[in-house]
Parts: sequence; structure tokens; C-alpha cells
Amino acid sequence: MSDNKTILVVGGGMSGITAAVEAAEIGCDVYLVEKNPTLGGRVAQNNQYFPKLCPPSCGLEINFRRIKDNPRIHYFTLAEVESISGQEGAYEVKVKVNPRYVNENCTACGDCAKACSTEIPNEINYGMDTIKGAYLPFSFAFPLRYVISPQIIGTPDAQKCKDACKYNAVDLDMKPEIVDLKVGAIVWATGWQPFDAGKVEYYGFGKHKNVINNVMMERMASLNGPTKGKIVRPSDGKEIAGIAFVQCAGSRDENFLPFCSSVCCLASLKHSRYVHEQYPDAQIYIFYIDIRALGKFEDFYTEVAKDQKVSFIKGKVAEITEDPATGALTVTAEDQLSGKLSKETVDMVVLATGMVPATVQTRIPADVSYEENGFVLWDQNKRGIYGAGCVRKPMDVAAAVQDATAATLKAIQSTVRR
Amino acid sequence: MDKKIGVYICKGCEIGESINIEALGKIAKTPICKSHDVLCGKEGPALIKQDISEGVNAVVIAACSQRVKTEVFQFGPDVLLNRVNLREQVAWCHKPNDEDTQMLAEDTLRMGVVRIQKMDFVTPYQVEDIVKNILVVGGGLAGMTAALETSRTGYNVILVEKENTLGGWVKKQTKLCPTQSPFEAIEDSGMIEALMREIDQASNVKVYTSATIEKISGMPGLFDVAIKQNGNSVSERAGSIINAAGAVSYDAGKLGHLGYGTSKNIVTREQLEELVAGGKINKPSDGKTAGSVIFILCAGSRDNNHLPYCSAICCMESLKQAKYIRTQNPEAKVYIIYKDMRTPGLYENFYKAVQQDDGIFFTKGEVTAVNGNDAAVTVEVKDTLLGENIKIEADLVVLATGMVPATALGEAIKIVVEEEKDKKENQPPPPTDIIIRSNILNLDYRQGPELPPLKYGFPDSHFVCFPYETRRTGIYAAGAVRSPIDLASTMEDATGAALKAIQCVEMSSRGEAVHPRAGDRTYPDFFMQRCTQCKRCTEECPFGTINEDEKCNPLPNPTRCRRCAICMGSCPERIISFKDYSVDMIGSMIKNIEVPEDYEEKPRILILACENDAYPAIDMAGMNRLTYTPYARIIPLRCVGSTNLVWIADALSKGIDGVLLLACKHGDDYQCHMVKGSELASYRMIKVKETLDRLKLESDRIRFELVAHSDFNKIPNIIDSFMETIDKVGPNPYKGM
Repeated sequence: MSDNKTILVVGGGMSGITAAVEAAEIGCDVYLVEKNPTLGGRVAQNNQYFPKLCPPSCGLEINFRRIKDNPRIHYFTLAEVESISGQEGAYEVKVKVNPRYVNENCTACGDCAKACSTEIPNEINYGMDTIKGAYLPFSFAFPLRYVISPQIIGTPDAQKCKDACKYNAVDLDMKPEIVDLKVGAIVWATGWQPFDAGKVEYYGFGKHKNVINNVMMERMASLNGPTKGKIVRPSDGKEIAGIAFVQCAGSRDENFLPFCSSVCCLASLKHSRYVHEQYPDAQIYIFYIDIRALGKFEDFYTEVAKDQKVSFIKGKVAEITEDPATGALTVTAEDQLSGKLSKETVDMVVLATGMVPATVQTRIPADVSYEENGFVLWDQNKRGIYGAGCVRKPMDVAAAVQDATAATLKAIQSTVRR
Repeated sequence: MDKKIGVYICKGCEIGESINIEALGKIAKTPICKSHDVLCGKEGPALIKQDISEGVNAVVIAACSQRVKTEVFQFGPDVLLNRVNLREQVAWCHKPNDEDTQMLAEDTLRMGVVRIQKMDFVTPYQVEDIVKNILVVGGGLAGMTAALETSRTGYNVILVEKENTLGGWVKKQTKLCPTQSPFEAIEDSGMIEALMREIDQASNVKVYTSATIEKISGMPGLFDVAIKQNGNSVSERAGSIINAAGAVSYDAGKLGHLGYGTSKNIVTREQLEELVAGGKINKPSDGKTAGSVIFILCAGSRDNNHLPYCSAICCMESLKQAKYIRTQNPEAKVYIIYKDMRTPGLYENFYKAVQQDDGIFFTKGEVTAVNGNDAAVTVEVKDTLLGENIKIEADLVVLATGMVPATALGEAIKIVVEEEKDKKENQPPPPTDIIIRSNILNLDYRQGPELPPLKYGFPDSHFVCFPYETRRTGIYAAGAVRSPIDLASTMEDATGAALKAIQCVEMSSRGEAVHPRAGDRTYPDFFMQRCTQCKRCTEECPFGTINEDEKCNPLPNPTRCRRCAICMGSCPERIISFKDYSVDMIGSMIKNIEVPEDYEEKPRILILACENDAYPAIDMAGMNRLTYTPYARIIPLRCVGSTNLVWIADALSKGIDGVLLLACKHGDDYQCHMVKGSELASYRMIKVKETLDRLKLESDRIRFELVAHSDFNKIPNIIDSFMETIDKVGPNPYKGM
């Protein structure tokens, strides 16, 4: 690859994939670096998109094909950027590629997983279930290759996986590798993490079993999730008769996330559809400050609002308590429209938690500007590295794709300038 | 070029344990047929490459799905390649060492060999003297941003603005809502002036003001643009186009229920902006200071009688205007009546900052009446917080009106005129679009002069994952014309649209299709001698690719084409083909399915599956080891909309007992990536069923099912329940004939 016309994209979620394929289809060479074993990021963990209620894997299928068919894209999984030096037009980047313990011989036949008896917490399902120590993250995973968890390396199970593989694909001696890349510009699209709702103590997340957050709800509703798509109470698997959604759980709150995450209202409206799909008679309460369904999303809100079994209560939830005997939860809020105290008892509560930019945890190892919450800025005086998607501000999927496309053009400009 | 076919069968991943490979190999009947224990290992590709060096130029890989190991089985553009799926769709979902599984594997290979026999080498379509200039229509914030970002990337821009100056809506704003971190304070308009200055200085941006587009003809890489400026016509050439025509304010004349027109002191936010620009914010009725001002948000928005949608900026704009008033007159009281305050993301900072102002009062509620004359105006509000109904009197009322895209204004026309079709065939026309004559692009296209709009007239993408999907290749909408949008997002949107416009000319110059079949180098070939001028292809192409001459002959525009092959499905004369995809190819595959004469033991059904969604779902059913009838034969299609009715005839006359089409969702929330493909296929199947009924052949033999990518668990039930239906209907009477 010619050095300064090449673009490095960090993060293989929706924004990063978009940046990579858009740049490559223009004619740039691209390196795509993803820290997880597969591409797809947060959207791959979602059940459906609002407002169409269509599966994210459909668009990923197209994007994965665009990557497979395009020789200009080189991707690394289980990889992280260690250091960046140089400047716009000429960066030198060190990428650490962590061992997968499975090489390119893997055919995804699944024999290693069959041989492995150790179960480890399943991070894809936010720890709601376990997965074999040798696993394929998704059926639609790309690359379609198993991964052996470092947690079983050194145990007899790892050897069993190796012995079970007919294709000599398991390599337990794999070591981390450092790859040196030379690129002209960088798109940083490492996405976001769900706000840790445990910090809002009075909501009982992590304490009350039946209080979950919105990303867990996505997994629960997914066919390939911990409950095979069935939405049930985590404590006992009971079906849902009543459920509450607590909007702005930590968001728009000076003590936690002062900003609005811009997608949580629509996500909860969507979740109400998931619930009624499975339990048409379930009573749903949505506690909100403002319902932010901007633009044409208003139609989706209007549709949900027609549902007689969805009650909208304007008020910030003050407390969630648990009946230890039954696991039932009581949600207390002041209903600002009536001035009365609203207390609803339900089977399950979903906290609509916001987005924390991934750059809060892992900064870009270069001179880049951030705003006070840790979102990356496009700084006119520091060109060459561009944030894209939810590291720049909270946004929905379509906006992230647009933003990533825009960031890609900025990156291309950095490679053609001077 | 002569073809020398090599067939390579993999025995790995249970294929060898499940299928008699030796027997299967005999099916190929090709010069070379080899099997290997692990074809995707190091030896497999080496073996194939060795054969290629000895003359093989068409390779059939009978192994795993076409979706996997693509990096291993790549032999360059000079070698034809076809993948035959023996793993996910045979070995992993059917009984091993079973006669039916073996027959399935043999048919699958047979079809795969026929497919490659019918393929041809591709020479991409390349426009001679391709033009890479980008035309931007509209010189507001979106248009100026798109123009500059294009220019900064090194491409020439033609920027056309109908007013006598650039700037559009933003230029009429005295100050701007925050566009930059920390998004707390109003910004001056320096950003807009800087944009205008840079455009003025850019040597590669040609600006036409007071100018409109008279006509655009041609295709990506070769658009001829007729611009009318001050009564003169100018011709330009462009490679691709950005429609940044913007939006207009909703007509306040329709807001009588909010008092508009009853008092001079009830104004829109545009009119307030004019007052601000004029200096003092005074009551228009008497010029006295406006000491109290009420903002009514969602004036005509989120209202089924007016604009049902939210315009995304009015909350922010009203906060800005409230600050104008308070800054000018610190004694003034401002009331903001809202339904929901919509200041998403980091705009929350601005809302919080304005809330700090103790002269600005926020009231959630529904406005029930606005009464007034030029002396004073009273606004009544119900359902406020704490359940009260209140009445507020003010000197000035500002209606925060929403936005209407420029593309929504004009006469709506139908692509297919119903009466005309009726006369010809005595049947309803196929589902096609309505186009609004908004006088923006004036495309010389068979299917109408503008971008097809979605709901409310926005020519937006319908895809969450692909917001730059466009129904007219190489023409991208950006900014407020595409969707209600704020300032910062407008600039991002326009920058992204600039990339897509540049990308389109670059891909066209390489002879490649753009999204969703990005990189496809094939294109449709029309065998014109047999054309009957029926116009189906020109009417049904979802992307408006094909024009017509005066005799109704199709005039293809290859760089407009998205390679979905829906035209191929539509053509009753079967004259449209691609080098690697044709009516004859799929028909021949169907005809090569071996159909046993004895139904009792061996019925056969044909499945035509969308290759992006249904086909992966079937693969994933296999990966999850779900099982279903081995009597089904599966063919992936570019889009189910490419299904030509002759394939149904081919299948039924061959003795196949039923045909199942697995397509993507259509209708308002369509998921079909070819937009209309699934809907058109469904429409055609209804016609076929009517024909079958007339022929006394049971219409139950044809079924059309919607399958999403995530529906892998439903696959067995969909296929098996169709098989049950066929069992009830009984054998195809044509069997054995």
C-alpha cells in the first residue's frame, strides 16, 4: 500500500465498517482494526432497528459482502491501536493483535466447541448467560471463525479443543503480535458503552435481579440471545404481565450523564413493541422527561402512543424497590401532569441508560481534542484523525452511518492535501 | 473465450461423511473434477491454481456456502467462479448417507455446473470521457457545505442557487443555534460568512446564482445539465448530483386555530427573525416594545391536520429566539409552551443554559385557544404540569412552524398511467411510484422529473443502515430536503453526500455498480431485435434506469443501473441478460433438476431465494443443524424481483411440484434492498396464480413468503409447511410428460 493514501479505521462497528467500505469503494486502501473477534459492534447485538423493526444483520450482510469483495480492505480482529506517531498525511501506527488461538484453517465446523466443557460468561449477552470457552460469537459472524477464550488457555479444555479440530486450526501457542502500519489519515470509530446504571443506586441495577438495562433488553429479544428471544423475568423466567421503562436513567442528570443520549426514547418505544409482540396484554409504563422522537420518528411514537396498554408518565423515577419474596418491583415517580405520586408494581424494569463514548475508557493515543464528556471533537487545528459515530456525540444508527461517511471524506482530504 | 471447467468437491465439514463423493463426482461431466479432504486448506487453492495454470478458467467449488471462505476461493477476474453449497444447505441439515440427501447434493452440483456453463466473461461498461464534476443544487448550508467539501477533496463543483446570493435559510438568521461544543450559547453567523468566502475563493467551484435547473439528462459520469440563469441557458456536464434544495416553512396561513392572521402580533419564527434583523423586537401592531412573548412550539407540527412529523429544529430555534428577546430587553418575560422539549444529545447543554434564565418560563401543555387583536393576545393552555388550565396574555406570540421539503411542493404524477395499462391488458398496473413535480432537478427520465419521495415528500433513504441509498443512481439528497434536520447534522449530512457523489463517479469510471451491489462489473444487455416495446422494464426499474424512445423502445443507461435484474424479471420476451445472470441460466438450472416420475416417494419443490436475506437465513438454519425436507432445491437470486415468470413455467413443465419464493418484506416498511423487487415479484406471482387457476393447475403450487435475515429458525417450518401443502395438492400432472 502506498503510505499516505491509506486510511486506518479503528473500530469495526457500524461507523467503522461504513468508513472502511466507503473509503475503499472510492479507491483508497483501508486498514480496519476491531478489538472484538468479529465485526459488527454494538448493532450486531441488537435485535431490531427502530422504526422499521428490521434486523441489523441484514445490513451487516451487505456490508460484510462489500468487505469480502473489496481487496482494498485489510481487517484485523482482536486488535487494538497501541500507539500513533507522525502527523496528517504520514502516521505510523502500532497495532497489537491479540491471539485468537484459532488460525485461518478454521472452517467454523464447531467441533472445538463440542469438545469444550468449560462455560464462560457470555459478554455478547452482557453476562446474562454463559458460552463455551471455544465459541462462534454469532451465526452471521464475520469473519466466520471460532475463537478460544484466553480464560481456558492452559486448561485441559484448551487441549481438548485442539485435539478435536480436524483442520489444524487450533493454535494454543499463539502470541500477541505487533503490526506496524503507515497511513495518511485515521478514522476513530470505537463507539460507545452503556452507562453503568449501578451508579444510580436508587434504581437497584445489579442488586434487583429484574432490573435490566436497554442493551440487555435487546439481547433478550434476540433469537440468538440468552433466552432465545423470549422476554422473561431474569430472576425466575416468569412471563411478563407488567413492565416499566425508566427513561433518562442517569441521563440528563448532572450527577451522572448531563447530556441526552438521543436514542433511548425511541429504543424504549421499540422495546414496548417487543413486549407486546410476545405479551399482547402486558401493561407497559414509560416514565419520561420528554419523549424525543425527532423528525419522522414522530410517526413511530404516534403508533406506540395509540396502544391502550402503554401508559406514558411524565416524571423522573425516584426509586425502584424490590419485594424480596416475589421479585416484583415497585417504581415510584412524581407524575408531573397530575402532581400525584405514581407507584406502579411490575415484573421487570428496563433502565433506558445512555451512551458513554468509548474514548472515556480508552483515549486515542495521539493529540486529539475532546469535549467535557469525553466525546471526540473535529478540531480544525488538529486535522488527520477524525472521530466518527458515537465517539463524537450520541446518535442513532443512520446518523452514525452519515457521520462516518462524512468523517471518511475528511480523512480522504487529509490524504490528498498538500 | 472458450471455457474449461474444473469442479472441486470438498469432503470436509461432514460433507464426505454425509454424501457419496465418488457418485457425486460423476454428475459433473466436466473436463476436470477433483475432490479434496479440506479444499479450503493450503493444498486446495494450490491444486486449483495449478489447474488454472494448465487452462482451467471456470471453477466450481462444491463445498461451503458462497458466503464463507471467499478470501480462499479467489482466482482473479479472468477466472469464472461458482460456489455450490454442499455444507450449510446439504450436509448440515439433511440425513447423512441417505438417498434423498445424495439426490439433493447431485442436483445442487448439477445446477452449479449448468450455472457456470451459462456464465460469460465480463467486460465492464466504461463511459468514455467520463466527467467527474459534481453538481450541487441549492446554495444553503447543505449545498455550500457539500460544494466546499467536494472542492477540498479535489473535485470540481457546479453550484446552482435560485436566489441571487448563496446562503439560503441560514443566511436569514441573525444568529445561529450552537453548532459546536460545548453547544451552550448562540453563535454569530461568522461560520456562514466563512463558508461563503471560501466558496468565493475556491478555484474549482463554479457558482450560478439566480439560476435554476431546466433539464438534466444522461447518467452518472455523463449528466448533461441545462441551467437557466437570468433568462439565459447555460450547459454544463456533471458526473453526479447533490440535491440540497432545502425546505420551506409550513404555511402559517393554515394556522388560523393558533390565531395566525387575527393579530399582527402573532408571527412565525421566520417573521421574528426578520424583526430581529431589523433591529428592535417590537410589536408589529404599534411598534412598542414587546415586554412579554409567548412561543408556541409544534405550531402545525406533530399535528395530523397539518404536519404529522416533528421538524427537529423548532425547539432549538425557539430557545435561540427566546434568548434574542431576553438579551435585547432584560425586562421581557418569555413563555415557551411545548409538548416535549426536543434538544437531543449535546444540545441538552443549550436547553440547560436557557433554563438558567429566570425570565424564560417553560410550560408543557396543549394550546387550546389563541385570542387576540392588535392590542393584546391571550393564549389558553390545557394539560399543563400539575394539571392546571392556564391563560397567558402577551404582547407578541411566536408560532414555531415546521419545515416542508422543497421536494414536496408540486403536482404529483404517476409513473404508470392506470387507464393506459387497463386498456392494454385489462389488469391493474404494477406497483410503481408517484413523483412530485417540484421543479428542482427536472430530470429527463422515463419515470418522472424528480427523486421519488418517501412519506411527506422527503426523498430520503428508507434504510437505517444505508442513509445515502438513493432511488436515482448518482443523485444524493442532503440536508433539510432529505429529512428534518439541525445545523450541525446538516453539515455532516452534506459532507457524507459529497463523499457518495464522488464515490459514484469513481465507481462508474471503473465500470462498477454502486451500493447495494457495490463493485458488480456486469450490466444488462438488451437483445433489441426481440423487444415488443411493452414498456415493463422502463416502468418497473426501481431506480429509473431505462428511458424510452418515441416508439417505446428501452434506452438503457448503464451507469444508472444497480444490477438488481428486476428488468430481467419483468421482460416477457426475456431479452435482458447479464454476463453472469440470465433468464436462460436460471431456467437451465431448473431444467437440470432431476425430477423422479414417482411422486409418492420423491416430490420436488423449487426455492427461489433472495441472496442477501433468505439465502443467509437458510445457511444459518444449517449452521444451527435445523432440518427440513430434502426435496427442496434452492437457487439464490440477486433479488426475488428478478424472477422471470418463465422460470415458473420451466419448473412446472419439468414436473416440479411447487415453487416457493423467499423474499424480503415489502410495503411501507419494506426491507427489500432493491426497493421494489419483492413487491413486484409478489405482484407477478398473483398474476401467475390467476393463470394457473385458469389452466386448472392448482395455484397453491406457488407460494410467496417473506423472510428476514434473522428468521433462520423459521426456515424449516416455512419450507416444510409448503411441502405439506404440496402433499395435499398432489403430484404435478405434468410430471413425466
